[in-house]
Amino acid sequence: MKEEVKEKEKEEILRILEENARLSDNEIAKMVDMDEGGVKSIISELENSGIIRKYKALINHEKAGIETVQAVIDVKVSPERNTGYDSIAERISRFPEVKSVRLISGEYDLSVLIQGKTMHEVAYFVAEKIAPLEGVRNTVTHFLLKTYKENGEMYEEEEKGERLAVTL
Amino acid sequence: MSDRVADRVKGLKGSGIREFFDIAQQMEGAISLGVGEPDFVTPWSIREACIFSLEKGYTSYTSNWGLLELREMISDKVYTDDSVYYDPEGEILITTGVSEAFDLAVRAIANPGDEVIIHEPSYVSYKPCTLFTGGSPVCVDTGVGDEFKLRAEKLEQKITDKTKAIILSYPNNPTGAALSRKDVEEIADVVTEHDLLVISDEVYGKLTYDGKHTCFSSLNGMKDRTILLNGFSKAYAMTGWRLGYAAGNKDIIEAMMKIHQYIMLCAPITAQMAAMEALRTNDEMEQMVSEYNRRRRLMVEGLREIGLSCFEPKGAFYTFPSIENTGLTSEEFAKRLLLEEKVVVIPGSVFGASGEGFIRCSYAVSQYEIKEALKRMGRFLEGHRVV
Ligand SMILES: Cc1ncc(COP(=O)(O)O)c(C=O)c1O
Repeated sequence: MKEEVKEKEKEEILRILEENARLSDNEIAKMVDMDEGGVKSIISELENSGIIRKYKALINHEKAGIETVQAVIDVKVSPERNTGYDSIAERISRFPEVKSVRLISGEYDLSVLIQGKTMHEVAYFVAEKIAPLEGVRNTVTHFLLKTYKENGEMYEEEEKGERLAVTL
Repeated sequence: MSDRVADRVKGLKGSGIREFFDIAQQMEGAISLGVGEPDFVTPWSIREACIFSLEKGYTSYTSNWGLLELREMISDKVYTDDSVYYDPEGEILITTGVSEAFDLAVRAIANPGDEVIIHEPSYVSYKPCTLFTGGSPVCVDTGVGDEFKLRAEKLEQKITDKTKAIILSYPNNPTGAALSRKDVEEIADVVTEHDLLVISDEVYGKLTYDGKHTCFSSLNGMKDRTILLNGFSKAYAMTGWRLGYAAGNKDIIEAMMKIHQYIMLCAPITAQMAAMEALRTNDEMEQMVSEYNRRRRLMVEGLREIGLSCFEPKGAFYTFPSIENTGLTSEEFAKRLLLEEKVVVIPGSVFGASGEGFIRCSYAVSQYEIKEALKRMGRFLEGHRVV
């Protein structure tokens, strides 16, 4: 019974942190109706077990005036006998320029997001580091032109009608 | 022509509080806990369905009753959620908000001189609408000692041979009080014994945080005596769409429809189209309810930390803390708080005499605004605490 309750609270804390990771333990404690110590221990448990991987900020680079170039690379690979797609996916993942790597269904196998400072840098990276890898059969590069929504958040604040300050 | 305005209207209590509201509305940098509507925008799927209906050319009147498909969906929804069945043909009327539905309901049932019992503190429309019909509002106070619940004994004391109906408004605006199943059953007994009608405004029914809301008409024998009022404003963040409904006994709903057809003709079709989409999915509504619940706790705990005693609200999106320990009236408190710290709260006295000594603080605002408002209120209280 106690464990079950804790599961529910764990989930609720994850939902709260996913929305806003900068809340204090005390504030979270109020929201989930627990004491602060309890919240602290659940959060450390979540961190230690690797369920919470990291706390990061979602940044609109364009607005910040930081020039970045991103591209999605579709990669077709020949899976290896024992490890399937895993070993090639891991090799690609290790490059710091690579922001995400996903196994996908369809014509291509991996979807790789790359970030660099210039278009040239990204194109060069694909040509030099990804394409020549053993097992990579083909790549297609799509440069990203504009981000509208990322991780569930709209990039531009939605314009919203003004509410009345007072309604009874 | 010296008297252009009818006595009926002139007789309405002028609101001295208006000027306070005007200041609140215009003040730069103010944080308003005076809001009575969700801060969420209507979920996109609902807005999108409405846009689509406009593109397809749904711009006409509908049946006076409202679209049959919408009535059928409401019938299903009420049956699934509350186990009471209403015939979409004749027992459900689509209205422009609970506001219109309430007006129709009292007009349909009250003769001049009939008494209508209203528990206070409560939503501000009940009394004036009852007065417009020529009916007599009879107030019964609920207090923090009773968790702002209408108690059967207290209700019974107000019943006379002129009593026609009682208004039930839970989860309650402004107190956040909700009734348990046992509470409503006790009221139902009184209703049966004295042969009364009930107008049950359940517009906040889906916003209930501790246990489930009991729909009054689902109680044994109550369907025939109850006019159930509900709408889309609060649960689906659709205040501006102006859409609600009434469900009840065929004769009464028919009587309400007669008035409705002359004063309103029908509810707007765009809103009816959107409402059908709202009823198709619950996900976003449930997410909004969870978020209100987090804010509720944040605010109640916060109010207690800054030294206000605060009843734990069980529904809607309001807290109703006591400000008695400041020695100020609730109107003075609200005015000074606005001028000194730029936080808008509503004096409890607006909702009836028994609301004096309390303020209504809405948590339909962001977590950030709750925290900032509490900080300012804490500072204000430091200066105003009576020793
Ligand atoms: C208790 C109560 N009933 C009815 C209404 C009005 O609802 P609607 O928007 O459906 O007219 C409100 C709005 O604040 C309310 O608080």
